[in-house]
Amino acid sequence: MSTPEAGASGYARSGEGPAIPDTARQALILSRYQLRDYLRSRRFVLMVAIVVFIGAILSLVLAKYNGAGLSSSSDAFYGTLWGGGVYVVIVFAGIIFGGDAIAGEFQNKTGYFLMGLPVKRTSVYAGKFIAATAASVVCVLLYLGILLGNGFYYLGAGAALSGALFESFAIAMLYLLALMGAVFLFSSLFKNSLYAVLVVAILFLFGFSIIDELLQGLVHIEPWFIIDYARQVIGYPFLTTLPPHTSTGMFGITTYNPTYAEGLAIMGGYFLLTAFGGLALFEREEFT
Amino acid sequence: MSPSLEARGLTRRFGSFTALDNLNLNIQGSKCVGFLGPNGAGKTTTLKMFTDLIFPTSGEALINGHSVRADRKRALASCGDLIESPEIYPSLTPREALELVGAVRGMSAPDIRSRTDTVLHEVKMADWADSKVGRFSKGMKQRVNIAAALLSDPEVVMLDEPSTGLDPRGMAEVRSIIRELKRENRLIFMSSHILSEVIDVCDEVALVDHGKLLFYDTLANVNARLGKGATSVDLAFVRPVSDADVASRIVNLPGVTGVSRVDPQRLTAMVTGGPEAQSQVLEQLVASKLGLLSFQPSRSALEEVYMREISQGDS
Ligand SMILES: Nc1ncnc2c1ncn2[C@@H]1O[C@H](COP(=O)(O)OP(=O)(O)OP(=O)(O)O)[C@@H](O)[C@H]1O
Ligand SMILES: [Mg+2]
Repeated sequence: MSTPEAGASGYARSGEGPAIPDTARQALILSRYQLRDYLRSRRFVLMVAIVVFIGAILSLVLAKYNGAGLSSSSDAFYGTLWGGGVYVVIVFAGIIFGGDAIAGEFQNKTGYFLMGLPVKRTSVYAGKFIAATAASVVCVLLYLGILLGNGFYYLGAGAALSGALFESFAIAMLYLLALMGAVFLFSSLFKNSLYAVLVVAILFLFGFSIIDELLQGLVHIEPWFIIDYARQVIGYPFLTTLPPHTSTGMFGITTYNPTYAEGLAIMGGYFLLTAFGGLALFEREEFT
Repeated sequence: MSPSLEARGLTRRFGSFTALDNLNLNIQGSKCVGFLGPNGAGKTTTLKMFTDLIFPTSGEALINGHSVRADRKRALASCGDLIESPEIYPSLTPREALELVGAVRGMSAPDIRSRTDTVLHEVKMADWADSKVGRFSKGMKQRVNIAAALLSDPEVVMLDEPSTGLDPRGMAEVRSIIRELKRENRLIFMSSHILSEVIDVCDEVALVDHGKLLFYDTLANVNARLGKGATSVDLAFVRPVSDADVASRIVNLPGVTGVSRVDPQRLTAMVTGGPEAQSQVLEQLVASKLGLLSFQPSRSALEEVYMREISQGDS
């Protein structure tokens, strides 16, 4: 009997088993199954219901007041309905999909299933981040779809697809990343979904805007480190002239508005700091 | 290279409490090792450090020579494990969950498919392959977890009380799965409270108590160790045995160190000298025609050694 060359056939292999995919590949694999879990979950149905509900109310109001005076230009139309409202959809989606992303791995013991596998914690974290973001994007797209439907009706086919809307969509996606980073940070920090959800909801729905007001009104400093301050750039693509960076109003109170670049930088900064901060925490956490 | 598990000075403290104290354990080669110890002894703590779920306060855990803490991916690459009954994403089916495991482990799609069928069949969950895990009972989930640990046909298998939550038939099935797992080039390390299970499937045992390793030895040596102590043997007779008979014909048998009465027809004898001595006592009792009905060492050798070692730790 002849001895076959080991490895020559590509069949004989050492006891090491198949090659383990790299960190990025594993993150994508995990995100695929995680997203599947999200899309089948009750919370996805809940989120779709919220978006449809908001969309339905907007549509009804528009129908009753015949465009509500917004149908004159697409910038006015989308500036109000998208620029002014999409952040609510984003905050809800971020909370619903991201709130327990990391905390749930500890609380529901699903982490024990994943962490026994030959994966880096980075892959698990990134996989969850991608999945939660993707599920949120689905919801934002649904909202966009509802607005576009109304847009076609009131603005006509020519004006419904505005370039400003897509520019604003891109900024909204950056805001989503920043928000998701914060949600993941708190989710890692508390190891408890309820706390993470509450803190993010309170901060992003009104906490930050109160701080923003206080800083500007009382101590007169530019609140460049508050994400709510940056949020208004989502509406900038719809404006012909951007608001002045600083303006002094009644009683000598200075109000600040972020420049376009500043707004983007704040969001980007939030995303990087919080997403990597959350990862750094997750790397050190134990499944006790 | 043969599979290996090694703990080097592995220590874990929770605050001021030491859950595992300087564990040094080197397991080499293809075998099944039972990891025993009372509740709170530190078994799960040890296994969690071997899977990087928790981190050592000092010391190191290595699988196949790779430090789990330094390179969890490489260390766990050829290792299947089941620690603390994990939960699977509830809306996934067992087939999808195993697909995830296989994909993350880098198995090819056809390989995943055929291994999924094999392992789900082994754990008797083939009929449930496409139902959502979220609705499964505890035991059903545990079966899927076992399937997930075995999917990649790993060289090293670590199991923390694999039969918890299973019905009696399930426990027997797990036992036979583990027996079949024992093959060339596979190391199995499992914690268990079921000594009969350990005797049934394991070649070696490690015993921990209060975070300290009491011994690590082969089952054969454990049996030999027993020769040094006394075993209690339950005796039953068809008719009452008088005290006079006990005194004249049982207590003085070689190897018997004491006899106590349970009721007129039942006695408990303490026998030293291990299985050999027990066999001689049995033959003498039969020959003495007292009406012996049954002769039963009340504990297995492993149980005996376990109890002895644990109680020494308490005193
Ligand atoms: N997160 C934790 N914080 C504090 N103490 C802990 C923690 N985890 C484990 N312990 C303690 O460490 C000791 C060992 O626990 P471990 O779970 O390893 O025991 P075990 O041998 O697996 O017990 P059992 O047979 O009951 O499963 C116990 O006294 C336990 O209370
Ligand atoms: Mg335990």
